Amino acid sequence: MFYRENGQFKTSYRSDQQIFAIAQDRWAILALIAFAAIGVPMLADEYMFRAILIPFLILALAALGVNILVGYCGQISLGSGAFMAVGAYMAYNTYIRIEGMPLIVALLAGGFFATLVGVFFGIPSLRVKGLYLAVATLAAQFFCDWAFLRIGWFTNNNASGSVSVSNLNVFGWSIDTPLQKYLFCLAFLLVFGLLAKNLVRSAVGREWMAIRDMDVAAAVIGIRPMYAKLSAFAVSSFIVGVAGGLWGFVHLGSWEPAAFSIDRSFQLLFMVIIGGMGSIMGSFFGAAFIVILPIFLNQFLPWAGDLVGVPISTATVSHTEFMIFGALIVWFLIVEPHGLAKLWSVAKQKLRLWPFPH
Amino acid sequence: MAFFLEALLGGLMAGMLYALVALGFVLIYKASGVFNFAQGAMVLFAALAMARFSEWIPGWLGLEDKFLGNLLAFALSASVMFVLAWLIERLVLRHLVNQEGVTLLMATLGITYFLDGLGQTIFGSDIYKIDVGMPKDPVFLLDSIFPGGVLVNLEDVYAACIAALLVVVLSLFFQKTSTGRALRAVADDHQAAQSIGIPLNRIWVIVWFVAGITALVAGIIWGSKMGVQFSLTTVALRALPVIILGGLTSVPGAIIGGLIIGVGEKLSEVYLGPYVGGGIEIWFAYVLALVFLLFRPQGLFGEKIIDRV
Repeated sequence: MFYRENGQFKTSYRSDQQIFAIAQDRWAILALIAFAAIGVPMLADEYMFRAILIPFLILALAALGVNILVGYCGQISLGSGAFMAVGAYMAYNTYIRIEGMPLIVALLAGGFFATLVGVFFGIPSLRVKGLYLAVATLAAQFFCDWAFLRIGWFTNNNASGSVSVSNLNVFGWSIDTPLQKYLFCLAFLLVFGLLAKNLVRSAVGREWMAIRDMDVAAAVIGIRPMYAKLSAFAVSSFIVGVAGGLWGFVHLGSWEPAAFSIDRSFQLLFMVIIGGMGSIMGSFFGAAFIVILPIFLNQFLPWAGDLVGVPISTATVSHTEFMIFGALIVWFLIVEPHGLAKLWSVAKQKLRLWPFPH
Repeated sequence: MAFFLEALLGGLMAGMLYALVALGFVLIYKASGVFNFAQGAMVLFAALAMARFSEWIPGWLGLEDKFLGNLLAFALSASVMFVLAWLIERLVLRHLVNQEGVTLLMATLGITYFLDGLGQTIFGSDIYKIDVGMPKDPVFLLDSIFPGGVLVNLEDVYAACIAALLVVVLSLFFQKTSTGRALRAVADDHQAAQSIGIPLNRIWVIVWFVAGITALVAGIIWGSKMGVQFSLTTVALRALPVIILGGLTSVPGAIIGGLIIGVGEKLSEVYLGPYVGGGIEIWFAYVLALVFLLFRPQGLFGEKIIDRV
């Protein structure tokens, strides 16, 4: 009843090409951003920021990057954790080795180096595709795990093998409290979200989608597969690298390679698939789902155990968590293989017609 | 020279075990087009079942004979793997027919998490021992040719023999039995196989069961070598480059790929490792497979990939 585009005429090219074509969408998104920037800081407590909101924002950014590669360009990558690690470690090295390096520049430099590594490990995509490529990208994962563990230069020859940063500040504002960290990550996510959205609507984005849908046909109509695939790897690993930098600098503070292990790669891929491949919105949904689910299970299981009168030990909780997580993933893939973004668009479709059935 | 031979033999034997795990991947991929990431979890699950049953069964039945206990434990674990195969087909694969490869891959990752949790909930999460009576003594070969001879672990020799035996049995099963023929038909062309009356669902159960048995054997061998614990799941990750090298669809490829990777890993660790800080066997196999892919995308023995519009 309220969600209709009736009467909203497009009278210029500009209005025809806007991201959210319907006025209600625009208002809803603006309201959401305003809520995230103003409302959430007033409502959330420190635990919410630390455990849920900051990980959500950073992983949503990473999932966005992975979605560009996997969802838009159709190149399955299991090496995203490694690209995050490259982003984090190279941002660290830029930050501490160059005197007076601004934080944002360091993070972007981390993204730049992640791009280089991403393009390098993307080269096999020119020859192989699908599951072969997935395994090939694992090479990046294992190589980076090893390199950051064994090569002392990356960790500034720290004996313990872990690195840490402190006293972050941007333009003179220090980033210490969870609230400041939250806003910092939110700003990154908004900027990159907007960039990514515009990128996938542009000529490059269309090339990626053509490659995804059928690469031979795309090559026949004059899209250069090499350029399209490697640019997808570059953009994707840049975003993932920046997210890795944020994860290390802002969320963890001090970290070691295990923070970016192969489980992280799987987690990101889960986000993309559960959220919806080839959908910017889906990355956010998927990240929210994967971040919140374990926390929810962790809280819910002991409570449910008490309810039935069976005390559940922590070990059992963590194993049951694994089981439920796995089962939910499978169930979700069966029920909605196109992800949460598909549910979202179905809901919007229904809402347009509501209250009429047809 | 003796040192080189030692490394080479060690590599070959490790390679045989990789081949065993890789075989599980290849079987399932051929028959159902599913890239089964859960193979590692299946190895752990089967090994846990074997370890615990062989511990429990003598208590339940009052058996004294260790061999009989192990045999019963093996049979029971095998039937557990069968139930597992049946459940996976029934609850997961059947509903995901015709989905994209990556969706199926994710589904097997979900199964991985589930099995990891389930196995440790039922069987416990400590380190367990599997004792199937494999000799642990090292022996020296070729004493007469080299001074000191070549040191070989007898356990590895047995393991490699068992793995080789399993491969032979499997290839006989594939080539000589009617079920094996049906499996090959399904691998060749799902639709054609279905149209001549081969029941796809039953074939999938069988193939997952066979993969479960290879997982069980791999689990027993690895488990008696290094104890049954969570890190067994990483064996599967070590076996991935093997199938890339050998080709996703080729059984002999899995074996030869396994041997190449085993030897490559060992020799690189011994001769190259000291120069770059050691521990390179984790990624060496992957990089080897990656370089290989650039020149031969379908692997050593894989079917040629032909793109059509």
